[in-house]
Amino acid sequence: MEDRIILETHNLTKRYGQVTAVEDLNLSVVQGEVFGLLGPNGAGKTTTTLMLLGLTEPTSGEAFIQGFNCTRQPIEVKKLVGYLPDNVGFYGDLTGRENLRFTGQLNGLDPTLCEERIGQLLERVGMTQAADRRVSTYSRGMRQRLGIADVLMKDPSVIIMDEPTLGIDPEGMRELIALIRQLSTQDGRTILISSHQLYQIQQICDRVGIFVKGKLIACGRIQDLGRQLENEGLYILEFAVSPADEGLEKRLQELEGVTQISRNQDGMFHVESHRDLRPQLLPLLVEGGYELLHLHQRGGDLDEIYRRYFEKAGEQGDHPTQERKRSGLLGRLAKKPD
Amino acid sequence: MQKSLIEREAHSEPHRGGLVALYRKELADHLDSKRFFLILLLLFFATTASLGGALSNLREVAEESTTFLFLKMFTTGSSTIYSFATFLNFLGPLAGITLGFDAISSERSQGTLNRLAAQPIYRDSIIKAKFLAGAAALFLIVACLGAYVSAVGLLMAGIHPSLEEVLRIIAFLMIAWVYICFWLALAIFFSVICRHAATAALACISIWLFLSLFMSLVAAGIANTLFPLEGIQGLMNMESNYNLELGLNRLSPYYLFSEASTTILNPNVRSIGVVTMSQTVGAIAGPLSLGQSLLLVWPHLVVLVALVIVAFAVSYICFMRQEIRA
Repeated sequence: MEDRIILETHNLTKRYGQVTAVEDLNLSVVQGEVFGLLGPNGAGKTTTTLMLLGLTEPTSGEAFIQGFNCTRQPIEVKKLVGYLPDNVGFYGDLTGRENLRFTGQLNGLDPTLCEERIGQLLERVGMTQAADRRVSTYSRGMRQRLGIADVLMKDPSVIIMDEPTLGIDPEGMRELIALIRQLSTQDGRTILISSHQLYQIQQICDRVGIFVKGKLIACGRIQDLGRQLENEGLYILEFAVSPADEGLEKRLQELEGVTQISRNQDGMFHVESHRDLRPQLLPLLVEGGYELLHLHQRGGDLDEIYRRYFEKAGEQGDHPTQERKRSGLLGRLAKKPD
Repeated sequence: MQKSLIEREAHSEPHRGGLVALYRKELADHLDSKRFFLILLLLFFATTASLGGALSNLREVAEESTTFLFLKMFTTGSSTIYSFATFLNFLGPLAGITLGFDAISSERSQGTLNRLAAQPIYRDSIIKAKFLAGAAALFLIVACLGAYVSAVGLLMAGIHPSLEEVLRIIAFLMIAWVYICFWLALAIFFSVICRHAATAALACISIWLFLSLFMSLVAAGIANTLFPLEGIQGLMNMESNYNLELGLNRLSPYYLFSEASTTILNPNVRSIGVVTMSQTVGAIAGPLSLGQSLLLVWPHLVVLVALVIVAFAVSYICFMRQEIRA
């Protein structure tokens, strides 16, 4: 049961005219896993999810969910898979409960089972109070929670979520993440999340796949990806010292293997190098009479992994030079005209 | 896990369930909507106005002939007000357009289309259910109006229909329904290809106005250009001119329905189109039976049904080939 493959794709490709949205995608997700599909907007994530649901026909290649061919047996697949689209929509004139009931009917649920499940799910997503209000009065976060209840109406064994965390406030986000984790650990459902919000993904995903321009350029556990980067010689050290003066920067530059030094507004140093600098750094600081306030070896976090992989893809391909900004990196990259 | 699988098997009922659930929801949406109420109200007022005209003129009509007097309720107006049949011919399309112009585009803009398509139903059941629900709502409208006119005829005028008249009224209402369904199918087609509901509505309304108001002018213009009626040559051209104009007019469902409804509701109409003197020699003046009236407009009925099928088929194909994503 442990390693049963639930979802797999073989050389899945989708072209729209000249543009290749997804190219030779080979993916496999095992039961009970939370898999994160990461990539900037327009990387082909949504196209991939639509192909998995049989809503878009692949140009070539195949996808299977629990042994059903996603293109040829879409009905069977859609019985198993719950899909939460980004910006999920409901019928505004109906109440939340009525919307769920309609989904139940479309899935051919028995009326009593349907009502029972609606009650349970509304409770679970914390929407019982608002259940009999029209959906047009709901806030975005409420819609999202209703969306999750809607997905669970058919009791799916696989859930595909497209940008589930987009536009949700921090508190709502925390609840949502807890809920998603619960779906995986308690219910044993397999979850595929596509997103460009790295921080959230990092919290919930067992494995991630990084998607750039329709290609899966890296895939694996977050720690493994981080280690892989270290092996390729990327070390990032963040530290703060007092006094933070220019002299230190010069001295750091003299160290072997340093490729880049920058300082942010708080005076924090950010040093990238080819090897672990820590053994040299401490003596250097002591020598200069600096007091170390903060030290952090980076590299294992997703933001960095993502950035490095993205840069690598850019070097190989025709991608423009990457932006060296720490926050909101992906959003900016996506908006940049190619 | 095993249990839920068995449960799922038990409930993996035939896909027809999806169509029925969608149809029910769509129909409920229509009957619940303000626009359905408004269009019903509009048609109700138009019918009332035409009935007023009919009742005031009925005495004069009855003096001429008393046969098929009940049908006169449907075809008589006054000098200022159109008859019920004319109103239905002109305003009926508006009902079809109202119920269909945002069928698909509203799902798209609400973001419910991809959620709907992700349920275990065939994609075509979405558009089929929309058309069927719209057609059912239109059937209700047409049947209500027909019943209303008949009831007023019975109560206010005190005339009772013969069996033949009842059958003719039913035939007329069915034809009206098919005619309005064509406009529903056309509106659904535009709702598939247009991103915005407003564009679809405008496209439908412009086609409706063109076919209802301007088609006859265009037809006359083309006929007069190709076959001028001036001079000696004009006499020779007369028949061709008339036939061309009639042919062009018959491209419009508006004209088809008006010919069909006139023939069905008036048994004294013996021919549509040109009849030469030699053809009428020896003909005995008298009403046609229902079967003969239907035979006379059979091509019209076939074309009307075909138009519905073609309009729906085109929108069906467009919808099935479209990308689901917004």
